[in-house]
Amino acid sequence: MDQLKPHDPTMMRQTPFHSRVARACEINQWDDWKGYTTPLAYTEVEQEYFAIRNSTGVFDLSPMTKYHIGGPDAEAFLNRVMTRDIRKLKPGRVGYTVWCNDAGQVMDDGTLFNFGDNNYRLCSYTRVMDWLQWSALGFDVSIEDVTADVAALAVQGPTSCAVLKAMGCAGLEGLKPFGLTHFDFEGVELMVSRTGFTGDLGYELWIVPEQAELLWDRLFAAGKDLGIRATGGEALELARIEAGFLQAGVDFVPAEEVVRQGRSRSPFELGLDWLVDLDKGVFNGRRALLEERMHGSRYRFVFLDVEGNKPAEHSFILKGRKEIGIVTSAAWCPTAKSNIAFAQIDARYGKAGEELIAEVYYQRELAWTRVLAKCRVLRSPVFNSPKRRQTPAPDY
Amino acid sequence: MTDAHYDAVVVGGGHNGLVCGAYLAKAGRKVLLLERRAEVGGAAVTREFADGFSVSACAQWLQQLHPDVESDLKLSRHGLELAARDLDTIALAQDGAHVTIAANGVSGAALSDRDAERYARFSRQMFKFARLLARVSERRVPQLTEAGWRDRIAMLSLALGMKRLGRADMRDLLRIGLINIYDVMEEHFDNDLLKGALSLDATLGTHLGPRSPNSVISFLHRRMGEVFGYRGPALVRGGMGGLSQALAAAASACGVEIRTEVQVTSIDAAADGVSGITLAGGERIRAPIVVSNADPKTTFEILLGLANVEAGVARRVHNYRMQGNVAKLHLALDGLPDFVGLDESQLGQRLVVAPGMDAMELAFNAAKYGEYSPNPVLDISIPSLSDDSLAPAGSHVLTALVQYAPYSLKAGWETGKEAFTQLAIETLKRYAPNLRETIIASELLTPVDLEREFHLGGGHWHHGEIGLDQLLVARPFPGASRYAMPVPGLFLCGAGAHPGGGVMGLAGRNAAREIIAHKPGKSRT
Ligand SMILES: Cc1cc2nc3c(=O)[nH]c(=O)nc-3n(C[C@H](O)[C@H](O)[C@H](O)COP(=O)(O)OP(=O)(O)OC[C@H]3O[C@@H](n4cnc5c(N)ncnc54)[C@H](O)[C@@H]3O)c2cc1C
Repeated sequence: MDQLKPHDPTMMRQTPFHSRVARACEINQWDDWKGYTTPLAYTEVEQEYFAIRNSTGVFDLSPMTKYHIGGPDAEAFLNRVMTRDIRKLKPGRVGYTVWCNDAGQVMDDGTLFNFGDNNYRLCSYTRVMDWLQWSALGFDVSIEDVTADVAALAVQGPTSCAVLKAMGCAGLEGLKPFGLTHFDFEGVELMVSRTGFTGDLGYELWIVPEQAELLWDRLFAAGKDLGIRATGGEALELARIEAGFLQAGVDFVPAEEVVRQGRSRSPFELGLDWLVDLDKGVFNGRRALLEERMHGSRYRFVFLDVEGNKPAEHSFILKGRKEIGIVTSAAWCPTAKSNIAFAQIDARYGKAGEELIAEVYYQRELAWTRVLAKCRVLRSPVFNSPKRRQTPAPDY
Repeated sequence: MTDAHYDAVVVGGGHNGLVCGAYLAKAGRKVLLLERRAEVGGAAVTREFADGFSVSACAQWLQQLHPDVESDLKLSRHGLELAARDLDTIALAQDGAHVTIAANGVSGAALSDRDAERYARFSRQMFKFARLLARVSERRVPQLTEAGWRDRIAMLSLALGMKRLGRADMRDLLRIGLINIYDVMEEHFDNDLLKGALSLDATLGTHLGPRSPNSVISFLHRRMGEVFGYRGPALVRGGMGGLSQALAAAASACGVEIRTEVQVTSIDAAADGVSGITLAGGERIRAPIVVSNADPKTTFEILLGLANVEAGVARRVHNYRMQGNVAKLHLALDGLPDFVGLDESQLGQRLVVAPGMDAMELAFNAAKYGEYSPNPVLDISIPSLSDDSLAPAGSHVLTALVQYAPYSLKAGWETGKEAFTQLAIETLKRYAPNLRETIIASELLTPVDLEREFHLGGGHWHHGEIGLDQLLVARPFPGASRYAMPVPGLFLCGAGAHPGGGVMGLAGRNAAREIIAHKPGKSRT
């Protein structure tokens, strides 16, 4: 359960895995994720990252905001909230989705699980209860925040399927990407979805909080010889940049949290055109997005391959000498061996292959260095493992 | 499916729907108007509530009908006739020391010369302010962003109007616009009856007490009638329905097809706009434009369905304030009651019971908490004195707007109604002691009855509160203030649209103009 201790002076919540996480977190580097104590790193970021890429990394996902959405109009309701056509998301499937306010600006992205019979789970970065409630006017739906009622682990990497099978998830290799399935785990239901934030083979496990610790123990026991390792936020950050995934609050400001006019972004401006279905009927932001389609977007989202190995964090992007945009996420990506940046630039620029310049600043022993690093607009993310799509999932 | 190829379907035949339909047809559009009730007129109708006794069922005073509507639609040729006009308002005192507010000034036994003088000045200033509001009301609200040339001209003329006020008046307008009528009255007058009667004009038909913000804007809203040529309230011959019948005749003459006793159950729309309407019984009628004369909540929540709009719009509709606070009392009398200190010619004027602002504020306090006060305020008419078509010879009808009667009465109107009726009659009796003996039939319409019988959501006079947050660019809500709603092809033409309620006709006419200027496929003109 939600273990908010009344005497905890930090007032931070702990996840259902906390006893195990705390034991594994050797270097005591903690972060605050929506009010929960979560580790930035357990031991060594590089090792954790390589576990994700070469064996199996386990990430405590419990603080992720989760809503249960049910009732006769659940599908219609979600279809009005989301920019993509939710009617195409079949029972037993999970979909990546974004949603907008009426101005067509992205409020958040998340994953939507269709459990069938108008029962859904929405996982998001922001807390959006108020928006969901407003959007529910005129629909017969129930919306419940189940964040604290569901413990979740991401189990990601090439050996992840093997680990889970060793733990007892027989037949898991048959699960298709974005599919979900259930197993019995000590008398309770363990839900496994083939989803993740790393761009590789990977799963997410969902269980009642009471069995969380036991699940952790079994999982690590099963993965002992398969290179399992707990991974913190920093390793995951590297993996998601490599795989080209956006992070709300980093790569865009959730539209309803924006204070200054013009700081939010539309899905088109975030490169999420494929998630927008203007023909499916009324949805929040549709009118504004139609206008944007007609008149053009302000920004373009691009992946950049930056020269050198200094991450172009928060850099300005130049075309010649003209400033045309900024970097929102950047990292040296070890597997792809490239220096990647996500940038939002003036929509007139950024065709694939275009050469731009990143103005990179970094500091060594109090001295700042400025580098004008050449960069090239990429067509797609640099890490794109075929294992991510392979079914049956590869074994080890 | 009827495929008669209408250019526009008007949902509702209230006076604004009729006006809108008539202007559209005059401009060559093929228009079908659908009214749920057996007769058109909405809240501007005549009703026989007892054998041989008829009254104006909701609106009783004609005081704001725009002269252009009257002349454009040739209403007198179509039968509009006034039984009385430029009536005085008499603020009743139990001891007979009444105060009379007439077009040429105020008078009364207990009224000081100072009050009389100040009223003249006050009145002139209010006229100037109301004129400004009237100018804005005569056209669609100019928008500050995305302004086209029509908006620029409108803004310019508004700015000029402000400038013409002069510095002192302009400062005063900005100042009083944000305070309340109570304070404004206290600044000007001493006499309680005068202050009470004027405060009644500031609060009638709204959820406002004299001390509420927005009461000054509501006062000016009513005073627009003066700008439109009414030097006092008027009575339509045959009751308010006389106006609606004339409008219906004018609309028909222009080519509007009117069907009554047809309930629209849905405005049919897909993401790209409206396609028509569906009637109870399943008949569907297609049209590229649907104009709703129903109130905004009914239009969006019931007819269109909130699922057909984006969440921000749904939220604004949900938050729209639209709970009525006025009941209507109808009495059939077998003789003329004696009002203390009034002769027969005075009895034919507008009579008000609003003995003071504090009493009114106390009455409003009760309404805030879902109760009614033991001392309601009343706006009374005995129209049979100037119109013998309403009651048998020697008999009379008395109608009264009774305030405050909260829509959501805590005790429920099923139980509250009879007691409230008696309370209203008892209140009248204080001024007309023999009233009860003359009553042969009575009827009270609570806001719940008004909603049920006249399909006025919340039983609200204006299809939604009058207040700065729900007026002008914000009427009925931001993003929907220029008749074109956030669903392409859907327009609003009733009291819920700019410039609000009252039998005025401007919402209907402005909406028609907007539709005529509208280019299909362009939702934001
Ligand atoms: C008790 C009371 C007293 C008033 N007194 C005065 C007064 O003295 N002077 C004054 O100027 N104003 C007065 N008013 C205000 C005035 O009556 C209204 O503001 C005005 O009549 C509104 O006109 P409208 O055409 O906009 O809407 P309405 O008159 O409300 O017309 C709307 C029409 O739409 C119809 N409709 C609704 N839904 C459907 C549907 N689904 N299908 C088909 N038809 C539908 C309704 O039946 C109605 O006929 C009073 C109001 C009330 C309630």
